[in-house]
Parts: sequence; structure tokens; C-alpha cells
Amino acid sequence: MKDKVLIACGQGFWGDWLEAPVRQVEGGPIDYLVMDYLAEVTMSILQKQRSRDPNLGYARDFVPLMERLLPSIAGRGIRVVTNAGGVNPRSCAEGVLAAARKLGISIKVGVVTGDDLLDRLDDLLAAGHEMRNLDTGEPLSSIRPLVTSANAYLGAAPVVEALRRGADVVVTGRVTDTGLTLAPMIYEFDWRADDWDRLAAGTVAGHIIECGAQCSGGNCLLDWERIPGLEDPGYPIIEAFPDGSFVVTKHPGTGGKVSVATVTEQLVYEMGDPRSYITPDCVADFTTIRLKQEGRDRVRISGVRGRAATDTLKVSISYFYGYKAVGTLVYAWPEAYAKARRADRILRARLERLGLKFEEILTEYVGVNATHGRLAGKPSPDLAEVQWRIAVRAKEREPVERFTREIAPLVLNGPPSVTGFAGGRPKVEEIVAYWPALISKGEVIPQVEVLEA
Amino acid sequence: MSRAVRSRGSRKVPLLALAHARSGDKGDTANIGLIAKRPEYYPLLVREVTAARVARHFRGLIRGPVERFELPNLHALNFLLHGALGGGGTVSLKTDAQGKVLSTALLRMEISVPRGIDVR
Repeated sequence: MKDKVLIACGQGFWGDWLEAPVRQVEGGPIDYLVMDYLAEVTMSILQKQRSRDPNLGYARDFVPLMERLLPSIAGRGIRVVTNAGGVNPRSCAEGVLAAARKLGISIKVGVVTGDDLLDRLDDLLAAGHEMRNLDTGEPLSSIRPLVTSANAYLGAAPVVEALRRGADVVVTGRVTDTGLTLAPMIYEFDWRADDWDRLAAGTVAGHIIECGAQCSGGNCLLDWERIPGLEDPGYPIIEAFPDGSFVVTKHPGTGGKVSVATVTEQLVYEMGDPRSYITPDCVADFTTIRLKQEGRDRVRISGVRGRAATDTLKVSISYFYGYKAVGTLVYAWPEAYAKARRADRILRARLERLGLKFEEILTEYVGVNATHGRLAGKPSPDLAEVQWRIAVRAKEREPVERFTREIAPLVLNGPPSVTGFAGGRPKVEEIVAYWPALISKGEVIPQVEVLEA
Repeated sequence: MSRAVRSRGSRKVPLLALAHARSGDKGDTANIGLIAKRPEYYPLLVREVTAARVARHFRGLIRGPVERFELPNLHALNFLLHGALGGGGTVSLKTDAQGKVLSTALLRMEISVPRGIDVR
């Protein structure tokens, strides 16, 4: 058994810095590269892509990235774990294998599936699984025809199995962000499935690095102006030990910072009840975490306690909700705010006269109150400019479409000193909404296969 | 009476001077993690920044209740602000649909700090 495993995060979300995984591989020693690509609504976008082309439905950026990385990681035995597989992990894996063949590199790619419940939804509903919305309590049947994707969150176990079967690269569907990091620890240290404290520790490690540089100096409020080198931020690396303790660090010579403050900000990010951080693998208690700065850019975490996993899995369901659009114009000094407010009154009157019905119309003044509302206080009467931002939402497309045509005319037939319409007419966006639910674990059977090139 | 005594022995300080914070979303609920800049500030945060105070601070800006959880190990408090994001996620029309900067909105709050406690 290894006495230490180095797990590097290369991607905190689909769209994160393309250079990060390359720098993690080239910047120093690592054993694993983990990359998270899936947000709640991503699955729905990927389902749409697969319905148009059965070979799509995964994070396509991942394949060219692997083509770039394979020569260096194959030689050094670095293994990759990612949920880039989206709703089509098999095609994603085929893409990686094709890249490997092209490079003349022989690798094994593990494929984890079984999370996709879309084709089984009616059977599950018929069998009495209501999949009520965790926030509103409504049963899924109320929106069933509008559902565009449904995926259970799988834990670390199937990834561990793929690693045991020799996979160099593991491509999954909806495996939790934390499971991607926990799996290499379970595999390397042979942790038991009921070793709740260690599983919780690995889960905390996963939570810390799942948003990439957000734990290593990025988006850090404390002393933000003194965080060095964000031109080249070091993405986080976990040095994991068999007893469940670990160190958060980054490669030497990179920018950013790993401190108790940067790690604590990430620990509280998107947190609910800190005593019960629920994953498929365990329930972690964040009130037991001990942090210690043990050197420059090194924070040691110990003491993490956990409890038995629950007997349900979270299901991430997305469904078609309606349409929205956002229009903006910029009003300049003098009396910028007053002009913007006048424009808002005029537009609302016009929308009403047209008889357009919206579920909501929201006005914000960027530079005055868009993010903090009334807490921002009274604006200076001398503001250089204000961006007027008006957004609408409706179940039908038509009123939203018409709204998008009502912004530009204000440039010539509304208040003066107006600019900032270079972007043209606002776009009508389809809204795909999120429906979180639970399902019993027994209904979801993860599957693992290992393909070779 | 106690109020007058307390005000003589204390002063108002914005949370920005005492804490840092990060916020995010879960559906239409926002969370704000409030972290003491120095360990000795943490008991002050526990005493002053109650769920009720935070609910009052955000009155009119959120539709639901506020819950508070304590993390003494991190010198941090976690607040859940329900109904804070105009429907949340993709449904919300707000600039800050994911509540990313509600963190600094909380840091605008002023609390009473006893004269004996040094604020840098």
C-alpha cells in the first residue's frame, strides 16, 4: 500500500481554465488527475445533444485534452478520473481510446454508467417512486411530460471498481464531485465500505478541491488584493494519507495561495447543515474538521468524523420550464439613474399596452442596486453611468420574443444620453429548470466496463 | 438600562472588519458562510449575528426564513436564506441568480463590539 497519494484537481466545472489540467500534470508529481464537468443543468444540455446525434452527449472538451495529456500521463502512470462522460460515457471513452490509438499509446478506459434514469422514469413512477421535489414537495408526475434528463448521483464505489480492474482513465456519468476524489483513496488505501470517518475525510477533501482554484486563492475575499500570481493560479492538490488525514497544497512556483482562510471559504461554499453533508458514500460532519497551516501553501486537515450513508440517492432531474430574456441599456451622466428609471417606466407601460403577460418582470440598475438591493444605500447623484437591466419570464415564447423587440426603440424614442446597444436585440432563452429528488439506492445499479486500446 | 450601558461600552463595527464570507446556491436557497477574521471575534459573531438579525438585514430581499448553523471548529457560521434567489438557478431573472455576492451584502451589517476588543 502506498503511504501517500497525490490527487490533483484539473477542472472545477465545464468551462474552467483549459490550462489547469496541463499544468497539474507538468508542474510536478501527481498520482491522479480528477476533473469535474457536470453541473445540474449540464445533463439536460447533453441529453439534447445526444438526441440529435447518438454519439454525442458528453463533455467534448475532454477528448482533445486527453490527446494533449496522454503522452505525459501514460509514461508516468498518472490515472485520470472524470465525470466528463455526461449522458454518454461510452462514446466519451471511445473518443479517448481513438486518441490513444492515434498516438500509439495503449491504455484501459473504465466506463461507469447506470446513473441515467430517463428511460426508466415511467416504470419508476408506476412502481410508486414519486420523486417529489426536495424543495417544494411536489410529485414528479406534475411535470413528467416536460422532463429532459434524470440522473442519480452515484458515489465512489463504481469508480473504485474501475480502478481495481486496471483502468488508467475512468469516465463516468453523474458521479458526485466528491466521489471522484474519494475513489482513488478508497482504492489505494483499501478503506472499508463502512469506515465512515475515513470516507468522510475523503469526501471533505473532494469538497475542498471540487471547485478547482476556488480553494487555492481564486475568488477569495480575505486579503484578496494580496493573493499573488493569479495570472497563473496553482490548482489544488490533495496529499492523502491512509489514516484519512490529508494536506491541501499546490505545485511550487504557481500563483494563488493555500491558507486556512482560502480553504475555509471553500469549506463553507454551498453548505447546508454542516453536521450532515450527505453523499452516496457517507454523511460527513463538517463541524469536526481541524485545519492547520503546516507550511507555505500547505494546510493539513484532520479529525473528520462521518456517519453511515443514507439508503437513498439524490436524483438530478431537469425539465422544460419556459422562456426568458434580458435587455440592457446604459444611461450616462448627468442624472443617469433618473434616466434609467424613466426608461423602465416607459417600457413597462408599453409592455402593458401590448397586453403581454409575463410570469415575472424584474428591473435592476447595475451600478446602483443590482446585487445588494436596498442594502447598497442611496446612489450618488453624480453617477457616471448606470446600466438598466430588465428581464422577463413567461411559459410561452411569444411575449418574450416581443419583449426583445421593445428595447432598441428606446434609444431613439426614450430618455437621452443612452448607449450600449451594440450587442443587438436580446436573445430568447429556453429555461431548463432543476428538480432535485430522492430514490432508494436499490433502484440504481451502477455498471462498470473496461475498454482497451 | 442595560442597553444604555452596553452602548457606552461598545461601538458599531461593520462585519466587513470582523469577518470574511463566501456564498452560493442550492435551488432557491442561498447559503452564506461567515468566517471570523480572528478567533476572538467568533463569540461576537455567535452573539450578534443571529438568524433573526440576518432575516431583518435581508428583509424585502428574501421571501423565506433564515436558518443558522455554528461551526466553532472553523470559527464560522453558516446561514441558509430560503427564497433568496428569485426562483433560483436558470429560472431566476436576477444578475446574482446564484447568490454569489450575498456574502458581501451580509458584511454590510453593523454589530456592537465591546471597547475591549481590538478591531484592526
